[in-house]
Amino acid sequence: MFGRTFWGTVDPWNEMERLRREMNRLFSSFPMFPELRVAPGYPAMNVWTNEEGAVVTAELPGIDPEELDISVIENTLTLSGERKPLELKEGEVYHRRERGYGKFTRSFQLPFNVDANNVQAVYEKGVLRINLPRAEADKPRKIAVKAA
Amino acid sequence: MAEEKELNIQETQKQEVAKTGAERTRSRLAFVPRADIYETNEAIVLLADMPGVDETTLDITLENDVLTINGYVNTSYPEGYGLAYGEYRVGDYQRSFTLSDKINRDKIEATVKDGVLRLYLPKAEPSTRKIAVVAG
Repeated sequence: MFGRTFWGTVDPWNEMERLRREMNRLFSSFPMFPELRVAPGYPAMNVWTNEEGAVVTAELPGIDPEELDISVIENTLTLSGERKPLELKEGEVYHRRERGYGKFTRSFQLPFNVDANNVQAVYEKGVLRINLPRAEADKPRKIAVKAA
Repeated sequence: MAEEKELNIQETQKQEVAKTGAERTRSRLAFVPRADIYETNEAIVLLADMPGVDETTLDITLENDVLTINGYVNTSYPEGYGLAYGEYRVGDYQRSFTLSDKINRDKIEATVKDGVLRLYLPKAEPSTRKIAVVAG
């Protein structure tokens, strides 16, 4: 059809949006996270993927790993646990209280089915890292094309 | 005084260090760690959430009455993976507090476990002492 050089065929709003995104990408102090979403619940999660599976990381400081519950059903990862509040003794007073506590549950849908038998989770320095390998049956298959 | 409000764990967004005054030399993101501070008869206890920090990457200084906490996080991303969905960013931690009580500097204890720093700041002996008067 018409080329892009012809101004009339280019939607200026689309162009503005494209430019804005490009600028954000260029000037973002952390270019690996061009678009950071607001976590709808606790904890905030980062999801890393490749063809073999996914790695989910979450910052969960001060949690007893024994109380963390991780379950995987098909393509859904569910993470729940509790952070216990600090009990002050008689005569002790708070100056400042900012750290949250309570029970939490979060479910996450991955773009593929997970091999639930080989899921591994490591909790270190308050950071949880879950390795979720993709189910063998779900992996993309290369189809050889035979000459007729 | 502590405000009486319900603290919710659902607060997920980390607060970035405000860019005022002296800048940091490391051009990295820095966050303000969320902290609890409480006072007992003998000490002031500080707890700070600093996921990703351990005893080797923590720097705590007390100069005059200013307590400064610096935590450095070695960002290690999963190798061979691409970020598909991001909700939080990783960076260092920085925060300062002005302490009102005199602290016994020699007896400060700092421990870090599961990404939570616990600072025990024992109060110094009061300098004004009551002197018992014994009948002569």
